Amino acid sequence: MTLIAASGLVAGYGGAPILNGVDLEVEPDDIAVIVGPNGAGKSTVLKAIFGLVAVAEGNVVFDGDDITNAAPDTLVPMGMSFVPQEFNIFTSMTVEENLEMGAYIRRDDFSETMASVYDMFPDLLSKRRQKAGELSGGQRQMVAMGRALMSKPKLLLMDEPSAGLSPIYMEQVFEHVQRVNRAGVCVLMVEQNARRALAIASKGLVIANGRNRFTGTGQDLINDPDVAKSFLGG
Amino acid sequence: MNELVFFINKVLVSGSVLGSVYALGAVGVTLIFGILRFAHFAHGDMMTMGAFVSFLLAAAFAAIGIQTPLPTGFIVLPFALPIAAALALSIDRGFYKPLRDRGVRPVTLLIASIGVTLMIQGLIRLFFGVSNRSFFENEAKEIFRIAVIGAKRSISFSEPQVLLIITTVVAVTALHLFLTRSRLGKGMRAMADNADLARVSGINTGEVVRATWIIAGSLACLAGTMLALDVSLKPDLAFNIVLPIFAAAIVGGLGHPYGAIAGGFLVGFAETLAVFNWSSVLRPFKDVLPDGWTLPSNLSLVPTDYKLTVAFVILVIVLLFRPTGIFKGAST
Repeated sequence: MTLIAASGLVAGYGGAPILNGVDLEVEPDDIAVIVGPNGAGKSTVLKAIFGLVAVAEGNVVFDGDDITNAAPDTLVPMGMSFVPQEFNIFTSMTVEENLEMGAYIRRDDFSETMASVYDMFPDLLSKRRQKAGELSGGQRQMVAMGRALMSKPKLLLMDEPSAGLSPIYMEQVFEHVQRVNRAGVCVLMVEQNARRALAIASKGLVIANGRNRFTGTGQDLINDPDVAKSFLGG
Repeated sequence: MNELVFFINKVLVSGSVLGSVYALGAVGVTLIFGILRFAHFAHGDMMTMGAFVSFLLAAAFAAIGIQTPLPTGFIVLPFALPIAAALALSIDRGFYKPLRDRGVRPVTLLIASIGVTLMIQGLIRLFFGVSNRSFFENEAKEIFRIAVIGAKRSISFSEPQVLLIITTVVAVTALHLFLTRSRLGKGMRAMADNADLARVSGINTGEVVRATWIIAGSLACLAGTMLALDVSLKPDLAFNIVLPIFAAAIVGGLGHPYGAIAGGFLVGFAETLAVFNWSSVLRPFKDVLPDGWTLPSNLSLVPTDYKLTVAFVILVIVLLFRPTGIFKGAST
């Protein structure tokens, strides 16, 4: 039972398509990582799935439903969350308000989910009344992930979560991703930091020029000499 | 004591009244800017339109013989506000939303709002003519006077002025609670902060936009009606003050509701202080002046005709020191 499947995705921003037929299949307990060179269309895959970029050809199936070109506000209630690479927190709002905005679509009592987010990111508990814009880069990333988890997603899409962080925070982000996954959330993320990300990936995809190049477990890809030579810097 | 009373009447009372009107208008301008990212130039005329809605309702109330202890123009507000909100929503639906759906740039929306300005003013002139009207043709405007010991004059203010200041406090408090406590209010702040992330979070942005017009339209009607009760009702009632209102919103930091309130009162008081005739307050000192010095009869900083420039002097001074407005300096 596949949680998210895309086949033959062709998508772009109006001009020539960025994606020229990308396939992917991710199981509910996976950490799937998309790697590849700059400009290969890695982030566009996530945006096409989440309805932020128009899909011209191909289709996306989430949890048995065809969601091709569905808008984000219909996908969030279905159990999908997206953490953008940049500008992924509400800087003028408190940490707690950021989390509340993640639960905006929920009409039930979300205090338990909030408690579990604070459990996962204990640093945030003491900063809950502070404006998110005043936090450090690593803490901002925690707020961003926490916000996305508040809707209780089955699938968490993350666009380069370690980008722009210092090595210590970067390491923390990968630990957080594993913790989120252990809590039963499928993670599909794009990473520039390919070798480190593939090390925790149960599924890895290499994308270049808008097409699939290699697919396998994270470890397979790290050990594949071709992948290592062309995409992991030797 | 006479001088103090004169100062209170001319500066404290007038400044609070003007500041309240500016604050209510600037909050609407700033909310619309925060959510839709364009300067809504027609906001002044939305105030005027709201005042005319109240005027019609007050006339209807008078025609069926309803008499109240408070001014009828004030009593009709619970009915006028929803009508004004509906008008604001339909203006958005008819003029701005089609443009937004085509993804136009903010400057196009600004020009469209100038068109809406001319249209509203034209319609008002067409139906009501160009004359000044008063809410108090058939009822008396009550004036309160507080006698001050040792002064010939008394502190005086009218009933509409008191009501204006009270309703401003109530409206601002209600808005504050809405923005900080309610789900929709927080969603509104989230969208003003980061519209893309709000959409990604599943916030229904169309709903937030409608809420914005409802609030901005109601506050505009409130401000316009109270202003018309205080002075008089005419087709260019609030068009004349749309520039100081924008100055107030920018001084406070565009998109920042509390800044707009502070900016409104700052500009309001600055204007009243600038046109205040200081010689009347300095009169007691005329005997101690050195020989040959006389007190001019008019000692105001700016002649009344140039009152409008004061708002912009304040604007330039504030932006020189805090380029993003009073309230935004620290964060983001």
